[in-house]
Amino acid sequence: MLTVRLYMLQRITAVLMAPLVLGHLAVMIYAVQGGLSAAEILGRTQGSVAWFLFYGSFVVAVSIHAAIGLRVVIHEVLGLKGMLLELLTWTAALALFALGARAVIAVTLS
Amino acid sequence: MSSDLAELEVSVWRGDAVSGRYEDFRVPAHDNQTILDVVSWIQQHLDPTLSYRYACRVGMCGSCAMMVNGVPRWTCRTHVKVALQDNRISIGPLRNLPVIKDLATDMDPFFDKWVAAEGRHHPSRTRDEPIEQIDPEDAARLEANKGIECINCSVCYAACDTVAGNADYLGPAALQRAWTLYNDAKDDGRQAILDAVSGTGGCHNCHSQGSCSHYCPNDLNPMAAIAGLKRATARSFFKRSK
Repeated sequence: MLTVRLYMLQRITAVLMAPLVLGHLAVMIYAVQGGLSAAEILGRTQGSVAWFLFYGSFVVAVSIHAAIGLRVVIHEVLGLKGMLLELLTWTAALALFALGARAVIAVTLS
Repeated sequence: MSSDLAELEVSVWRGDAVSGRYEDFRVPAHDNQTILDVVSWIQQHLDPTLSYRYACRVGMCGSCAMMVNGVPRWTCRTHVKVALQDNRISIGPLRNLPVIKDLATDMDPFFDKWVAAEGRHHPSRTRDEPIEQIDPEDAARLEANKGIECINCSVCYAACDTVAGNADYLGPAALQRAWTLYNDAKDDGRQAILDAVSGTGGCHNCHSQGSCSHYCPNDLNPMAAIAGLKRATARSFFKRSK
């Protein structure tokens, strides 16, 4: 159920996520060890274009990557294909994007 | 020949495409005995209606593969001693293929996928042109050589969990054939091969679990061939995107 296009999309988003995951972990460790409060963290992230792009691209990559992975699992385990498989793939992608986008907006825009 | 007095407990699948069950037989044990010997003995001495398939008996034709104690094996070259568990052997039809009767499976899906993967020769010259000279040490030729001993036995296809979960998946043997032809200087169908292995059942569905390479009776490595196809299709993907 994976075409070369979906395969490449999943690999490219994986390459994109690798440094973002490391950056995310580094920021978490830094924030905890430095004793930053939630207000102090939000003070630095809200209104920041850099953090919006960092976590925004993270959310986009996760939505695409995970949805393609779930598509394979759904097909091979449940045997679903055709329109139903397309629908579930897109639902997973959009749901992950909506959840992630909500968090990114809350942390970097408001 | 003391072991000649002993008997093996053998369970053999009996049935057709719709239903079936394992039937127990007792077969005389011998020091030198293959799984195919066991099946043939049952057919010749106990039940002449037992259906199974074989031809060469020397590991060349790829006809006699079956599931032996749950794993796919070429039965003519599998010694009973290798497969025996607690003096018992279960023998069934190859996994991932429709059963015709008893131990004989319908190989059509396997060979249809071979064709679907463009596993056929695409001539680069006509018969009127001189034969192309091939350097046997050329890197592509050496890569092609790795897959040419495939005997189409379908052991890798039966071992593949991806085939079990995804009926459209072309499978290790067909994809290895495609990779062999892709590296063959005398084959002129490289892009057709890449297109054929890039669809919904193509090489990108492989999870690299490696059962194909583990169970291949000729010690071939279809998983590496599939990885080669993934690299080639990825390069082609970027080139075409430009």
